[in-house]
Amino acid sequence: MTDLNAADLLTDELHDVTVTVNGAVHTARVPARRLLSDFLRHDLRLTGTHVGCEHGVCGACTVLVDGRPMRSCLMFAIQAQRHEITTVEGLGDSPERMNHVQRAFTECHGLQCGFCTPGFITTITAFLEDNPDPTEGEAREAVSGNLCRCTGYQNIVKSVLRAAELKRSEAEPPAAETAQSEESESR
Amino acid sequence: MKPGPFRYLAPASLQDAAAMLRAHADAKVLAGGQSLIPVLSMRLARPTHLVDLGGIPGLDRIEVTDAYVRVGAMVRHAQLLADEGAYAALPLLRQALVNVAHPAIRNRGTTVGSIAHADAAGEMPSVLAITDGVVEAVGPDGRREIAARDFFAGPLETTLAHDEIVEAVRFGRFPTGTRTAFRESARRHGDYALAGVAVAVTVENDRITAARASFVSVTDVPGVVDLSSVLAGADPATADWSVVDETVDAHLQPESDIHASAQYRRMLAAELTRRALAEAVAQPSTASAPGAHR
Ligand SMILES: Cc1cc2nc3c(=O)[nH]c(=O)nc-3n(C[C@H](O)[C@H](O)[C@H](O)COP(=O)(O)OP(=O)(O)OC[C@H]3O[C@@H](n4cnc5c(N)ncnc54)[C@H](O)[C@@H]3O)c2cc1C
Ligand code: FES
Ligand code: FES
Repeated sequence: MTDLNAADLLTDELHDVTVTVNGAVHTARVPARRLLSDFLRHDLRLTGTHVGCEHGVCGACTVLVDGRPMRSCLMFAIQAQRHEITTVEGLGDSPERMNHVQRAFTECHGLQCGFCTPGFITTITAFLEDNPDPTEGEAREAVSGNLCRCTGYQNIVKSVLRAAELKRSEAEPPAAETAQSEESESR
Repeated sequence: MKPGPFRYLAPASLQDAAAMLRAHADAKVLAGGQSLIPVLSMRLARPTHLVDLGGIPGLDRIEVTDAYVRVGAMVRHAQLLADEGAYAALPLLRQALVNVAHPAIRNRGTTVGSIAHADAAGEMPSVLAITDGVVEAVGPDGRREIAARDFFAGPLETTLAHDEIVEAVRFGRFPTGTRTAFRESARRHGDYALAGVAVAVTVENDRITAARASFVSVTDVPGVVDLSSVLAGADPATADWSVVDETVDAHLQPESDIHASAQYRRMLAAELTRRALAEAVAQPSTASAPGAHR
């Protein structure tokens, strides 16, 4: 008990935290120290957001905050209250309703174990909003803040470029592409 | 890897925030949280209170004048990076910011937070130093300005008092005819640099009149080394940049760690400086406002 810290004497104070996630308003009673990543996974049971390193390095927990990618492990839920959060579930929550990035990942084998995938999907979805027609170099740079221990990144970079193609063809009037997404192994 | 309990405080003004810091000896300021939250999760710090600046209005402004670019406490790295006015006034801001972390971190981390954090591996403390920047601090007893050279006290250490908050920083603009560049070497783009350098070279009538550099990851605090004495009078088109080697080397205090040896960092810093100088003089000169000074 020699180096007792003032903080050691603290117990948690609970707050009613209300956050809009994928368009739905959720409230939970949580301590201020609840990370947004844990709020999503434990309190809201939205386990699509994965947690790897919990210090900002791996990118697995990346969600969109008002459309911009941010690390949910580097935000407290209480700070997310005035913002719209989008998780991977909000981008497409079943094989029939996948967004262009999710479809590109299944087509190009952009995942193996899938642990890192939600963070890539959110990051790339936001990136393609800003840069709909990236070069390969730009695609690589766009995913440089996300770690994948399986794929070696080649197919992830391919997926970024393919997702850009799919997004551009979606933007065109219907006719050409009727995305025949096969059953996916991503779930 | 979870933070311990703390009380969350959301002041509506800087004055309230400063009062909260004075009232609680173990309170800490929370800005973007991109450095602080990892520290809390690893339990390297256990503050009793976090004072979140996020709800204080007016801290997210960028102001450009003839003399400086002023950046408010809650301006995110990404916002400053994208700001065309700030870029036109001081291209070095963008030249350096593209090297700060990855987009997802830049979307939340603040430039002022990285200066208050004073990591020797951070890019923006060096940029504040080389521009003769100024820190605007607010405490319970009022405001004061701290010159960059008096602000950084050591790695992760500043001369800011416990109950002071940085309201904004002012990056000074360079004299007309100054060109800048930023170079760093990291294992992966966006990671903390093994070594990095910001340079500013002033050219008048095809002759170098002044030059300076500031470093990342190879000095304890981001000081400025004046290279004018060795470069003044040189023709930028044909200059032999290695004349700066000795002056640069004497300024460095690199340390060895698992990423690189001190010797390797010295070698890297020297090479990056030569390349940055060559890159700077090839740039168009900054369109400084008439009468601009640091
Ligand atoms: C994976 C990763 C990679 C990164 N890579 C880099 C990199 O390459 N280069 C780089 O420079 N940074 C990097 N960072 C750090 C990033 O730049 C942070 O945004 C920045 O260091 C701190 O800003 P913040 O707003 O997040 O501050 P916070 O984390 O909120 O605060 C940091 C510290 O500064 C204090 N503080 C913050 N604002 C103020 C204020 N206005 N007044 C008084 N005190 C204040 C806090 O109390 C705290 O001690 C990285 C971070 C991560 C997670
Ligand atoms: S879990 Fe958030 S970045 Fe790794
Ligand atoms: S697919 Fe396994 S970590 Fe990326």
